[in-house]
Amino acid sequence: MSVKKFIRERFFPHIWCQGCGHGIVLNAMLRALSALGISKNEIVVVSGIGCSARISGYVDFHTLHTLHGRALAFATGVKMSLPGLNVIVPMGDGDALAIGGNHFIHAARRNIDMTAIVMNNRIYGMTGGQFSPLTGYGMKATTAPYKNIDHDFDIAELSRAAGASYVARTTTYHVQQLTEMIKEAILHDGFSVVEVLSQCPTNFGRRNKMGGAVEMMESYKSLTTPIGSKAKQENPALIERGVFVQRELPEYCSEYNAIIEKLKKGTEK
Amino acid sequence: MTQNIKFIQGNEVCVEAALYAGLTFYAGYPITPSTEIAEHLAIRLPLISGTFIQMEDEIASICAIIGASLTGNKVMTATSGPGFSLMQEGLGYAIMAEIPCVIVNVQRGGPSTGLPTNVSQSDVFQAQWGTHGDHAIIAMTASSHQDLFEITVDAFNMAETYRTPVILLLDEVIGHMRERVFIPEPGELPLVERLKTAFKEGVDYHPYLPREDGRLPMSDFGGIHRFNVTGLVHDMWGFPSNNPTIAKGLMHHLIDKINNNVHEIARYKEYHMDDASIILVSYGCSARSARHVVENRRKRGEKLGLIELQTLWPFPMHVIRNRCANARYILVVEQNMGQLVHLVKMNVARPDKVFLCNRIDGVFISPTDIRNVLRVIQGRGV
Ligand SMILES: Cc1ncc(C[n+]2csc(CCOP(=O)(O)OP(=O)(O)O)c2C)c(N)n1
Ligand code: SF4
Repeated sequence: MSVKKFIRERFFPHIWCQGCGHGIVLNAMLRALSALGISKNEIVVVSGIGCSARISGYVDFHTLHTLHGRALAFATGVKMSLPGLNVIVPMGDGDALAIGGNHFIHAARRNIDMTAIVMNNRIYGMTGGQFSPLTGYGMKATTAPYKNIDHDFDIAELSRAAGASYVARTTTYHVQQLTEMIKEAILHDGFSVVEVLSQCPTNFGRRNKMGGAVEMMESYKSLTTPIGSKAKQENPALIERGVFVQRELPEYCSEYNAIIEKLKKGTEK
Repeated sequence: MTQNIKFIQGNEVCVEAALYAGLTFYAGYPITPSTEIAEHLAIRLPLISGTFIQMEDEIASICAIIGASLTGNKVMTATSGPGFSLMQEGLGYAIMAEIPCVIVNVQRGGPSTGLPTNVSQSDVFQAQWGTHGDHAIIAMTASSHQDLFEITVDAFNMAETYRTPVILLLDEVIGHMRERVFIPEPGELPLVERLKTAFKEGVDYHPYLPREDGRLPMSDFGGIHRFNVTGLVHDMWGFPSNNPTIAKGLMHHLIDKINNNVHEIARYKEYHMDDASIILVSYGCSARSARHVVENRRKRGEKLGLIELQTLWPFPMHVIRNRCANARYILVVEQNMGQLVHLVKMNVARPDKVFLCNRIDGVFISPTDIRNVLRVIQGRGV
């Protein structure tokens, strides 16, 4: 399957480090879009700031590279003004849940139809390895040199509670599952969250003695398990992969449009 | 034909004028004294199949209107001081990415939450320098509802002409005061529509390559040209670059497109200026009291004149320099600790002849306040 037609070759080479997981997410995203056969002119990729957010520049769609944390707010303006567009928002964990946490829960609450792909590398990659809200208790970062005393979010739980109508999680190791989830998320009518554990060997793995990219990806295999598996019952520390939420809820743009239609009928009478 | 005359608040005038100018998308967060703008648009926009959305904060509001501008809409948000502070990040983005949009700041008093329901004009410098980095901005204001209508339409027109955010710097008095306004017929005021590229599909379109006249034709998101928009320094494709030549070229373009057109952008009014020896310079609601004093003194034969600025940024220095050349005294009337007065001083031959008449207590500056200062300047004692 060729995803080359979706790439802006002029803008390569990319900025990512060797072994960075973000390229795998880009690949999966393009495979999903290719399989769905959506026209390039109908796709808008909106991103914030971070290594992950650089995805938008490399793809041949309408692309909006915005401010740190604000991508979903910009995306809301794009989607509300032209609901026919497919809006995809690749985000870093800091981008999505620290500085952008408020926009994240409100986009989920509105259930506005867009796909947030949260590339969770548990660190601020772009700025050189400061801890993020996903780093986790006891880990190390340049701004948590002794140990991190901040607890992390569970992105799936948070998204569900905030009102997202599609929530899934997988890793860069499970790239086929990732492609399927992104496909489902794009097809889903409502706010969709796909959390991908994505390795940052440079700024997270190295400092936390997790080895290089290969070791980190292997750990994604050994430390995760399908939702509700027997393995999870035996070892509660395992991270669950799979689709957590898939529900039909009123979508925000449709709701707004229904008001417009009702007003039109009212004035015709 | 019956004339469309309304007796409404300034905030409603702003709404009427924005719709007249072609507004189709509004995002905002409620804040006194601007809230009526949101409330009226929440009613009006769905009726014309436009979009109203209340966002989670002002940061999100300005981001949302930028997103909607990119799909081809004329967009606006409205706020007051605290919200305007939150919007500075998005404002800089709109400047850098050259996104047409209108941002209304109905000014209130004080830093922080300040005086929510009282008048002030203390965000003049913030309008220009609130967001970081070198840049140019257009900021406009008005002192009467009829002027406010035209200036609001102008703000939308300039946002399109220069591909830039335009700030409408109103104040609590103008926003809440009720006054008669005549709503022009469609077509009566000229409207500037978005300049779109004529490039066909498949032709390499450069979204950030200015034409010879400095303007950049746009292509809507969802249309036939796909390109990148970023707040980073970017090349003609909109792709991030840290090439020094590109960085320098972009900075000059962003600043020159506005500052070199100050003659086109400058809006101001003059009253009794032909032989004036004492010149009042004012803007917004303060200009109402200033005008009152000038008219009364003229009746007594005193040679007072008034320059009412409607464009505050880029600062119309040519107007001040030329029109104040023969003044004995200049009195700047504004409701802050002295903001515009510095700009006036910088642009006259005798800065020591420039005085400030101000109020900073949230009370509307009155003709008596101005008369009291005039008495001192004219050597008539306190
Ligand atoms: C308002 C603001 N604050 C801080 C920054 C600096 N900054 C840039 S990227 C980033 C964090 C990136 O981390 P994340 O979002 O997790 O993405 P990653 O780089 O790890 O993919 C920070 C703090 C910024 N650009 N803007
Ligand atoms: S710093 Fe980390 S997240 Fe950023 S490119 Fe390198 S590996 Fe990827």
